[in-house]
Amino acid sequence: MAEVLVYVDHVDGAVRKPTLELLTLARRLGEPVAVALGNGAADTAAALAEHGAVKVLTHDASEYADYLVVPKVDALQAAHEAVSPAAVLVPSSAEGKEIAARLALRIGSGIITDAVDLEAGDEGPVATQSVFAASYSTKTRVIKGTPVITVKPNSAAVEAAPAAGAVEALSVSFSAQATGTKVTGRTPRESTGRPELTEAAIVVSGGRGVNGADNFAIIEALADSLGAAVGASRAAVDAGWYPHTNQVGQTGKSVSPQLYIANGISGAIQHRAGMQTSKTIVAVNKDAEAPIFELVDFGVVGDLFDVVPQLTDEVKARKG
Amino acid sequence: MSLRIVVTVKYVPDATGDRHFADDLTVDRDDVDGLLSELDEYAVEQALQIAENADDAEVTVLTVGPEDAKDALRKALSMGADKAIHVEDDDLHGTDAIGTSLVLAKAIEKAGYDLVISGMASTDGTMGVVPALVAERLGVPQVTLLSEVSVEDGVVTGRRDGDAASEQLQAQLPAIVSVTDQSGEARYPSFKGIMAAKKKPVESWDLSDLDIEAEEVGLDGAFTKVETATERPARTAGTIVKDEGEGGKQLAEFLAGQKFI
Ligand SMILES: Cc1cc2nc3c(=O)[nH]c(=O)nc-3n(C[C@H](O)[C@H](O)[C@H](O)COP(=O)(O)OP(=O)(O)OC[C@H]3O[C@@H](n4cnc5c(N)ncnc54)[C@H](O)[C@@H]3O)c2cc1C
Ligand SMILES: Cc1cc2nc3c(=O)[nH]c(=O)nc-3n(C[C@H](O)[C@H](O)[C@H](O)COP(=O)(O)OP(=O)(O)OC[C@H]3O[C@@H](n4cnc5c(N)ncnc54)[C@H](O)[C@@H]3O)c2cc1C
Repeated sequence: MAEVLVYVDHVDGAVRKPTLELLTLARRLGEPVAVALGNGAADTAAALAEHGAVKVLTHDASEYADYLVVPKVDALQAAHEAVSPAAVLVPSSAEGKEIAARLALRIGSGIITDAVDLEAGDEGPVATQSVFAASYSTKTRVIKGTPVITVKPNSAAVEAAPAAGAVEALSVSFSAQATGTKVTGRTPRESTGRPELTEAAIVVSGGRGVNGADNFAIIEALADSLGAAVGASRAAVDAGWYPHTNQVGQTGKSVSPQLYIANGISGAIQHRAGMQTSKTIVAVNKDAEAPIFELVDFGVVGDLFDVVPQLTDEVKARKG
Repeated sequence: MSLRIVVTVKYVPDATGDRHFADDLTVDRDDVDGLLSELDEYAVEQALQIAENADDAEVTVLTVGPEDAKDALRKALSMGADKAIHVEDDDLHGTDAIGTSLVLAKAIEKAGYDLVISGMASTDGTMGVVPALVAERLGVPQVTLLSEVSVEDGVVTGRRDGDAASEQLQAQLPAIVSVTDQSGEARYPSFKGIMAAKKKPVESWDLSDLDIEAEEVGLDGAFTKVETATERPARTAGTIVKDEGEGGKQLAEFLAGQKFI
């Protein structure tokens, strides 16, 4: 059976959820071979094996942390040469897309980014993309070389599928370009204790209607009652009420949760671009004409300062 | 020596218009107004600021696109760029990201450069990969997705806010930079700027000027193929209630019915 390379996104050996989703998709195309790089690479093996990786190729070197993107491209290219896979799958993070693109160019392949689904086809994998702010859905194929495809979080379920997950050392020699861009400092994000925005099953967002940084406590309280991540519109972020890392939309994060709750958000096209593929959408807005109501499964026309706290209390009461 | 800055700008269909696909599954450019991709205005802005802080610098804006893409160049020139290059050729129709990066890389080399500045992503394709591809082709450092950028003594530094961490980056020129919409508001063209732009030089190059064969680009040269494009059905109209004191409870009832609570 053909092998499929899966690039592993992990933090010091802890595999992030989108990579496990990639394994589900990779199993539709062949046998997943994972590539884990950098500090803790070998520690990823157990989780990857549990979800279907037949092999885990690992390599650690200081270059992965000290220089931008290119060392990882060198390693993935080495893995591609070693395995001759039927496809290469990479999580659709900003960095993942850059790594995938450079790899594709080097190996003479095409690249598809931000796939939301993947199926095996007669002529190779067929990717589904959600484009033009999710108003169109396209089916796309790479027609030259080994398909290189990046996949968005929440595009497939995480499935248990125990496999060997044998760890093998990958041999990598870095290219002349590898040390071109030096990382001279790194400030890790502070953890909020809430789920990762792009991975969360529920996202509760606030917009300009929240009207102040302190008022975001209302949004956070609802999020915490549901075990949700917190998002924000660009208007709220630009006003300095909430960090940019939580921005949902075209220039922020793209989310596709089971449930999206928009509070005091009008529903501009650039915001919709980041949340329109959510399974269920709910909104609270005092303007009955707000475009967000065109998307909702359930909407409340009202003041969020009345509706949201009442909802939070009710959720808490029902959860006991 | 003068600092040569090339800014890559894309001409895109207006995102607030009703965008759709043409029969050959490329972007329909006839029914929707086009404009300079808003995210590339940030690239122009940073280029102008870097140029203003340099002893001697020249800002060239470069686009690969159809005839009307001149509008995007005019806008960038009216913001303050010095000159423009328009790569236009019928054989470019349907070019994908790999092909676009080839054309841009060849044009950048022909123009001559110390620093290339791009946007974080286009507002139509939204891939966010072209700057990395151009860096790979030119064999120079990629210093991408910066929210803060500066150039001093032939070194570019900047801050990249990633998922897990915020990173401080550094590279020697020549280099390829891309900037995000967090890098600082883009200026509006002044009346004077708009008038001055009319006199600024716009060069037109075609594929033969860049020694690129027609088969390397366009739909025929593409590495990817769109098989189908279907308009998503409008979401089925949901239930909308007016809050008369029970709105939060009604919403909770809905969420419970959907098993979210
Ligand atoms: C290139 C580009 C990229 C962009 N990227 C993004 C992006 O990534 N993400 C993003 O979000 N935007 C983005 N935008 C901005 C976008 O166009 C909108 O300006 C933005 O989404 C508006 O945010 P908002 O809905 O919070 O504010 P508004 O549009 O001002 O809406 C506020 C809403 O709150 C309601 N409201 C006010 N008070 C209350 C109350 N007490 N109770 C209930 N409702 C209330 C109002 O009725 C209104 O509908 C981008 C724009 C451009 C040009
Ligand atoms: C909906 C849609 C989906 C697509 N999907 C794919 C796909 O999966 N694979 C694929 O190979 N192609 C795809 N394409 C084609 C691709 O968008 C174009 O080839 C495009 O020129 C490069 O990608 P981008 O616009 O996403 O650029 P990005 O990588 O998002 O652009 C980043 C920056 O590069 C510069 N830049 C990009 N294009 C130009 C240009 N023409 N002239 C000057 N500067 C430019 C700008 O500075 C821009 O801000 C898609 C196009 C559309 C409309």
